[in-house]
Amino acid sequence: MNLILTIAWTHVRHRARQTLVAIAGVMTGVGFSIMMAAMMEGSQDDFIKTLVDALPHISITDESREPTRQPADMVYAAAELHGLTPQVRRPGIKNPMAMIASLQSWVPGSLTPSVQSKALLRFAGRNLNISIVGIDPHTEVHVSNLGTHMRQGTLTSLYRSSNAILLGDRLANKIGARVNSNITLASAEGSNMNATVVGTFHTGFRAMDETTGYVLLKTAQILEKQTGIVNEIRVRADDPMAARLIAERIGEQTGYKSISWQEAQEDLLSAITLRNVLMYTIVGAILLVASFGTYNIISTITHEKTRDIAIMKSLGFRDHTIRAIFIVEALLVGMVGAALGWVFGYLLTRGLASLEFKTPFSDYNHLPVLYAVKHYVLATSFALLSSLIAGYFPARAAARLHPVDIIRGAT
Amino acid sequence: MSAALIEARGVTKILAGVVPVTLVQDIDLAIVPREFVAVTGPSGSGKSSLLYLLGLLDLPSSGDVLIDGRSTTSMTENDRAEVRLKRIGFVFQFHFLLPEFTITENVALPMRALGQLPSRAITARAEQLLASFGLGDHRRKTPDQLSGGQRQRVAVARALANDPPVILADEPTGSLDSVATAQVFGILRELVTLHGKTVVAVTHDLALAAQMHRRIHIIDGRVARDERVASATA
Ligand SMILES: Nc1ncnc2c1ncn2[C@@H]1O[C@H](COP(=O)(O)OP(=O)(O)OP(=O)(O)O)[C@@H](O)[C@H]1O
Ligand SMILES: [Mg+2]
Repeated sequence: MNLILTIAWTHVRHRARQTLVAIAGVMTGVGFSIMMAAMMEGSQDDFIKTLVDALPHISITDESREPTRQPADMVYAAAELHGLTPQVRRPGIKNPMAMIASLQSWVPGSLTPSVQSKALLRFAGRNLNISIVGIDPHTEVHVSNLGTHMRQGTLTSLYRSSNAILLGDRLANKIGARVNSNITLASAEGSNMNATVVGTFHTGFRAMDETTGYVLLKTAQILEKQTGIVNEIRVRADDPMAARLIAERIGEQTGYKSISWQEAQEDLLSAITLRNVLMYTIVGAILLVASFGTYNIISTITHEKTRDIAIMKSLGFRDHTIRAIFIVEALLVGMVGAALGWVFGYLLTRGLASLEFKTPFSDYNHLPVLYAVKHYVLATSFALLSSLIAGYFPARAAARLHPVDIIRGAT
Repeated sequence: MSAALIEARGVTKILAGVVPVTLVQDIDLAIVPREFVAVTGPSGSGKSSLLYLLGLLDLPSSGDVLIDGRSTTSMTENDRAEVRLKRIGFVFQFHFLLPEFTITENVALPMRALGQLPSRAITARAEQLLASFGLGDHRRKTPDQLSGGQRQRVAVARALANDPPVILADEPTGSLDSVATAQVFGILRELVTLHGKTVVAVTHDLALAAQMHRRIHIIDGRVARDERVASATA
């Protein structure tokens, strides 16, 4: 064995208890870092996946990018006019079917028209404001995963009767409606209609399951009192990450507001970034604290070994050899600690993943975790780096020692 | 003059401090090959200090120490370490062996630091050195399993590991009984007479000093007397 390794190994071997404590420190640090990263990134990945899955990747709405210019603005450009009634603009996307056909020629993905509306739902004496979405079941299945979230009935059940409606399961439970219940819908436009519940769905997003109902396009158009109106075209891109670019191009081509999921969830995504910064800071701090044990043992050894260091130096050992001995000792502690930390971290992650609980936002009962080699490599590099730093300072002090000073004192 | 193995030229060592302490002053000395030199003097006179300076463990405040005719005060610390490793063997009053290693490993240490021999050859040479000092049966023991005299013989074996021409010994028999003293002293004498080494040994024992070829007497950090026994030098 190499001389430096031999001496380093002998030193740590003769201090088994202290060495084990230091190793345990690194192991705990690496283990918890791995678990934390697995948990944070697991929930984040899962969250984004659910988000990407549940939301339209791109939503094209009838709002223009800029507010409509009013006739008065066009005539009196700089003048400020008060008290004018704005010109009523017919809402909705112009020629939606033609636009869909034209977009379909180049957009890599699927498109579906829909009508977003609000209505007052009345059933068994209860009134609730809900969102009504008019959809086309045939194209909807290619764009959203609503079809896969059906609890009762299917999307095509909407054809079963006139004014059929699919309700979120929480909403249905809340009002006590069941399949075949007859409910009443009243829109802001003043139309009233009776509708039949033909199915329920459960997406896992509470807000959606509690306040949304799906009807056919035609039904929503009647509620809105606008024949043929479509106020949203939703797109599911083949590659969700390309949504931002596609959305931009659609916006340019059509002049309508076209928002990608990334843009719509910007706050959320930046919150996730912040969360990651926090996570890495905490993980870094854990590993740094874990290296204190290493610093402790290496400086203890250099103090206990002052005489041996003086002997080695008087024999003719070079400074860098002395320094290397103690740095190698720190790295030994770091490496063994990190290797045990992998096992510990893996077991912690497994344990965490098997815990059951409830969250108010969704109905997972297991924490989603992500097993990634990256986490192990990162935690190990950081642990080794801090071991290196922890070993470096005592090692440097040891190498600087003057042998005569010790030898004079010892004899 | 360049025949000298070790030469001190006007060497003075002063420890800085509130009250500066002069350890040695204006030392001029030349140690030539195959000499068996006793350094004597009262306690606190500066014998150990002189030996540390000659052995490059310490740097003089002024003056120079030449090894094989080369100035060492202008060398880097690494170069001085290399000279120590190759040209000088040190034996301290207290054995100064590494407690966690077997005596074979202790003797092997300077050879491994030099790194010129394969490890099997190193172990073989270490064991052979120990055997030649009557320690063959103890080669797997650690220093704490040996007597004081045995440890001091291990220390001499370690000093000889890289086959240096000079052995500097600071009271090598100072802590030994008369039997062990005779053994260790015998070894040192054989190094000179049989193996052509140069040995410089600090000693309080005037009877031993009387058996050596040259006696350097130190008083108050200066060379008070430097006498050769005519018949003894080569
Ligand atoms: N670190 C120090 N600080 C102050 N004075 C010192 C120091 N080291 C040595 N001295 C003094 O320097 C002088 C020379 O010490 P040195 O050890 O060289 O003497 P010595 O001849 O070897 O003595 P001994 O025979 O007792 O071993 C002594 O008077 C000692 O007290
Ligand atoms: Mg002394």
